[in-house]
Amino acid sequence: MSRIAFTNVRLVDPASGRDETGELLVVKGEIADLGPKLFDRIPDDAFVIDGKGAVLSPALVDMRVQLREPGEEHKENFETASHAAAAGGVGTMVALPNTRPPVDEPSLVEFVERRAKAVGLVDIRTYGAVTKGVAGKELTEIGLMAAAGAVGFTDGTQTIASALVMRRALSYAKTFGQVILNHAEEPALTSDAGMNEGEIATRLGLPGIPAAAEAIMLDRDMRLVELTGGRYHAAHISTRAGVEVIRAAKKRGLSVTCDTAPAYFALNETAVGDYRTFAKLSPPLRSEDDRRAVVEGLTDGTIDAIASDHAPHDQDSKRLPFAQAASGILGLETLLPLTLELFHNNHLKLQLALQKITSAPAALLGLETGRMAKGRRADLVLFDPERPYRIDVDSFRSKSKNSPFDGRPVEGKVLVTVTSGRVVHDARGS
Amino acid sequence: MAPDEIVGLLDLAETYVDLNRGADKKASVLRGRTQINLFFEPSTRTQMSFELAGKRLGADVLNMAVASSSTKKGETLIDTAMTLNAMHPDVLIVRHHDSGAVKLLSEKVNCSVINAGDGTHEHPTQALLDALTIRRTKGKIGGLLVAICGDVLHSRVARSNIHLLNSLGARVRLIAPPTLLPSAADRLGVEIFTDMKKGLIGCDIVMMLRLQTERMQGSFVPSIREYFHFFGLDRQKLALAKPDAFIMHPGPMNRGVEIDSEVADDIDRSLIRQQVEMGVAVRMACLDVLSRNLPEAGRNAP
Repeated sequence: MSRIAFTNVRLVDPASGRDETGELLVVKGEIADLGPKLFDRIPDDAFVIDGKGAVLSPALVDMRVQLREPGEEHKENFETASHAAAAGGVGTMVALPNTRPPVDEPSLVEFVERRAKAVGLVDIRTYGAVTKGVAGKELTEIGLMAAAGAVGFTDGTQTIASALVMRRALSYAKTFGQVILNHAEEPALTSDAGMNEGEIATRLGLPGIPAAAEAIMLDRDMRLVELTGGRYHAAHISTRAGVEVIRAAKKRGLSVTCDTAPAYFALNETAVGDYRTFAKLSPPLRSEDDRRAVVEGLTDGTIDAIASDHAPHDQDSKRLPFAQAASGILGLETLLPLTLELFHNNHLKLQLALQKITSAPAALLGLETGRMAKGRRADLVLFDPERPYRIDVDSFRSKSKNSPFDGRPVEGKVLVTVTSGRVVHDARGS
Repeated sequence: MAPDEIVGLLDLAETYVDLNRGADKKASVLRGRTQINLFFEPSTRTQMSFELAGKRLGADVLNMAVASSSTKKGETLIDTAMTLNAMHPDVLIVRHHDSGAVKLLSEKVNCSVINAGDGTHEHPTQALLDALTIRRTKGKIGGLLVAICGDVLHSRVARSNIHLLNSLGARVRLIAPPTLLPSAADRLGVEIFTDMKKGLIGCDIVMMLRLQTERMQGSFVPSIREYFHFFGLDRQKLALAKPDAFIMHPGPMNRGVEIDSEVADDIDRSLIRQQVEMGVAVRMACLDVLSRNLPEAGRNAP
């Protein structure tokens, strides 16, 4: 299958603005050509995929996933996550370094590359840890890890709490043109109960995390970006105040980007209901006003990207009293349909919605993917943006099943996923 | 619970008050039933009260001291529940240090479960016994002005009482420093005062809460001395409430912290001992009502 011919597809490429009915030819893992009426005659040896009018776009680039390998393979591993990614139309995922042991030295970056190649379904890249053991104290070998292939630096789910460490990380990473990503939440105001501060937390008797915890950390980080001239990315923005800090920083011309995750524009704190631990996230699900602000941030471009924030947890980590339960939800297999809700609800044009999960994250991490152009690696997703179905966690390829979206009616079905010119997922029959 | 259900329970509890005051304190509605008291958090008075209630109704009562049991060996809450469930208890009385834990456990067992306090969430039988105490003393609950004072933030008693008193038509005031109030306390249908002297004016009932130092991480109040000065109930502050106002406390009391011994021990004003007495009666009423939903004797559950 060295040649794949897509016929009768709607070619949508956010990076170039292309949106036209046409055809696309893959040869030896690369996009050989694309455009309207490409084929006088389809090459005989090509595997033909008739899109029947579905959208063909770059495969998704998911800039924030937890793969749980090494260390917690009972929750997820490279193989199960890769299958989940392929089913979700994700061609590239970028793993957080907070594994056991954490990815805090070059050999571990190489481990990820090696394992990713061995599984070989989708492209897996990794961040390096900013501090040794993600303990927030000593800087890691940022330069050597970048040379080994790390695409950015973060302590993952841990906030870099010390302003001094953050200052040094921002200035030092600048040497290598690397971005520092932070989970922005003032730790002193954060409790492990994982609930937004407000009426629901009060009624449930859970200690809340005020929305200000996010803005306080972001405010600090903006000052440090200004001080150091470093490049900074805020992960999963969840509050109105947080969106406002980033918006103001961008206006001031700081080198700052941010993302959010679908849960923060598709759900609010009421999803917790009666202690539903599947709705426990970090940062917590916020108020309806915050949710709207996240949507506004996506619409006006303050929020650059959407990441799935894939955080698999086994039952034992979730079937616990709320305060003790682990934080985080699955994301790989719901990233596309939940992002398309923004399109169906008229918050974003299709191009723009796709940009947030393809070219935008790729560009801000310097990845050579997320675009559909001649000569590019053939990472593609064919999907029907209108096809309705209900999310069904039992059908997920992920090893864990922790999703609050089970049963949610959505539109947007992945039909075919192609990575490096190979079909890795084909659901046209289902 | 709907107001008429609450009133029904209180009425039933009244009959048990009489029974408990008689010489023969034994009834038989729970004969043959097994009641397990599962306390993940130590408590003397609530556990005793439930034990006595169960025994007086004829149940076989077991106390499971969780501190010395398998949870220390790493067993999860759900495994503990499943294990106990396999022994076919009829009623589980559960106290747990995490909000929502009792609900989680109740979903996994097929017997009745009574919440004896979960984290900082709810303590329903305490609210019921407080209501019964108030009703017997004042003759009514509707229209009364009740002040709940002190550590509201960490108090499941306060949350349950606000809920219950509001549904029975009382007006509730919370009196505490802002650091001991939950962030959205104003959304609970109460008036909030941070000045105790103003808050107590016109109150019929002054309910004091224990300062829960064991739940506190970090500094909520700078010192006991300062706390007692501004938020401790003494004779001087009590004088601001109605002349016939009564004092309540869910216990155990920290004398000299939230309440002065002089008022706590004033038999004309303090209802603290009645609360303990009503506790047994209310819990008997709860067990009685729940037992009516249990499978009939002689017919085993599937």
